Amino acid sequence: MRIQLSHITKVFKDTIAVKDMDFTVEEGEMVCLLGPSGCGKSTTLSMIAGLEAPTEGEIFFDGRPMANVEAEKRDIGMVFQNYALYPHMTVEENIMFPLKMRWMPKAERKEKGKEIAKMMQITGLLHRRPGQLSGGQQQRVAIARALVKEPKILLLDEPFSNLDARLRIELRDDIRALQQKLRITTVFVTHDQEEAMSISDRILLMNQGEIQQYSTPQEMYRFPANMFVAGFLGNPPINLIPCRYQDGKLTVPDCREWDFTPAEPVLSGQVGEDAVAGIRPEDLEVVDTGGQLCAKVTAIQTLGKEIYLKLEHNNQTLTACLDWDHDYQIGDILKLTARKIHLFPAGQQSAYHRGGTRDEI
Amino acid sequence: MKYKPSTFWRKAFGEYKAWLYLAPALIILFVFQMYPIIKSFLMGFYTEFDYLHDIVYGWGFDHFADLAQDADFHLAIRNTCYLTIVAAPLSILISLLFAVLLNSNIRLRGVFQSIYFLPFVTSMVAVSIVWAWMLNKDYGLINSILKTFGISKVAWLTNPKMTLPVLVVLSIWKGLGYRVIIFLAGLQGIDQRYYSAARLDGAGAASRFFHVTVPMLRPTIFFLSVTTVIDVFKTFDEVYVMYSNEPGPLKSGLTIVYYIFTKFYRHWEFASAAAAAFVLFLIILSITLLQFAAVRLARWYEERRQAHEEME
Repeated sequence: MRIQLSHITKVFKDTIAVKDMDFTVEEGEMVCLLGPSGCGKSTTLSMIAGLEAPTEGEIFFDGRPMANVEAEKRDIGMVFQNYALYPHMTVEENIMFPLKMRWMPKAERKEKGKEIAKMMQITGLLHRRPGQLSGGQQQRVAIARALVKEPKILLLDEPFSNLDARLRIELRDDIRALQQKLRITTVFVTHDQEEAMSISDRILLMNQGEIQQYSTPQEMYRFPANMFVAGFLGNPPINLIPCRYQDGKLTVPDCREWDFTPAEPVLSGQVGEDAVAGIRPEDLEVVDTGGQLCAKVTAIQTLGKEIYLKLEHNNQTLTACLDWDHDYQIGDILKLTARKIHLFPAGQQSAYHRGGTRDEI
Repeated sequence: MKYKPSTFWRKAFGEYKAWLYLAPALIILFVFQMYPIIKSFLMGFYTEFDYLHDIVYGWGFDHFADLAQDADFHLAIRNTCYLTIVAAPLSILISLLFAVLLNSNIRLRGVFQSIYFLPFVTSMVAVSIVWAWMLNKDYGLINSILKTFGISKVAWLTNPKMTLPVLVVLSIWKGLGYRVIIFLAGLQGIDQRYYSAARLDGAGAASRFFHVTVPMLRPTIFFLSVTTVIDVFKTFDEVYVMYSNEPGPLKSGLTIVYYIFTKFYRHWEFASAAAAAFVLFLIILSITLLQFAAVRLARWYEERRQAHEEME
């Protein structure tokens, strides 16, 4: 089902949670609402679910306005952050509950429940209670309960935030496979950029209740719409260097000797004289001669297949992500070139996403 | 040689300092609670005794045999059981209803909450006097309201048939505030996420009530059913005050506690009163045990059903 949000605004008392959101999720697409805590992504999801009413604007499912359709009538399957499995019911009763609410006969209910349990690999757990299950198992049950009624839309609210890293990857791949198999329109909320990048068709990046960019993960990474997007995606985060951009020439005030005027910079918006140059750590390369930049190594972090270097020159710091084929020492002075440079107009807000914020409700 | 307490002594009273701190509370508890309970239990078995000097000449089951014969005692048990069977479930249902209404973010919530809680903080004697006035046949509020609807006067307080229904209403009303508060606490303990989940699962308001609220409130409902039954079983002061020191017209409001009171203070039959009190204690104990057993049985049945399904 096609979900369309038309100029949605949500105001809670005196805070604006969501501001003039306008986007469409196409049929069968998996879209991720990504953003830092408190950016309004969960509120947006609640409004799609019908648990919250928008203050302004209208939501359409397949062109049908949803303003007067209650959550219980919207035909949506939803997985909540803490699963919200009914503790007084067995796993089977939990899964069959949406069918019971549709007055489906018991035999048929059991049949459907078994089917979906098999798909989610929880057949052995049907007669247990949620309290007797691990986090991963509860998650699977929650997904089964959301999918059993074969809804047209699946919503997931931070579905993996309570799971350990290994399980997270396993489950997210499972969900992606399932979603592609069922071709169900899916919207899911996360603050984890890696999660968003790895499984969504499109990402909607939000900050402070506003859309920053809505595009495929690749496009978002390669052509960030603004400095916030550039800073939010990527780990380690992009290097942002204030500079002057004049007649196609780029200079950094503190580092006169740096000369990295790019042949074809990736421009984001109207870049004036005051600009910010963005260089992804993996776009930096060490060269023996020439080089656009030079900087001293101040810290080394090895991560197995790659190495992160912290570099400094005249109060400018850079992070470089390099191959593991050189012996770098702290204090070395390196010559570097940048394969690709993004240019942003100065004065934009940037987001250095450092992960680990999951306190959103 | 130094005195060495035995291991038993040390185990039981090793932390004698703790006992020292506990002593004031324990002494009061024992003198005013434990001792009277034990004494009144024993007193039921005195057949011949000197009350003033606490000398007992004979023991036996005579008083219990007398109770079995006493028509008044039978009436008291019948009345009390009627009250309990009608008032306790109604009281719980009505309290739950009001609690759910109060919990649904209505306007003036605080005002209503205070109104419901008022009877709980007011003396039952004062309340009974007000009710006696309201229910008065000739100049009571209720009859004058009925009159405006063209309904003729009802002799609430003097018609024996009206006594138990009036007591049922009073009993529901006086416990309402307390039960509503307990239910509200229970309701507020239910995570809103379950309601959100239920809504997306397609459950309407009624389904949400029966499939989420009621099961989640089960411990609260159980607690209240135990305490409410005990409360109703102890009905006394409203009868005493409303019917001016009489157990209602033609003893129609005679409850077990009223019977015990009459035996003790009117007839000075201390041993009979003690025996009746003991019977009341046994009745309440067995009903409470039955309630616990019922819960245990339901759980056992549920587990068996679960195990049975798992074998399939």
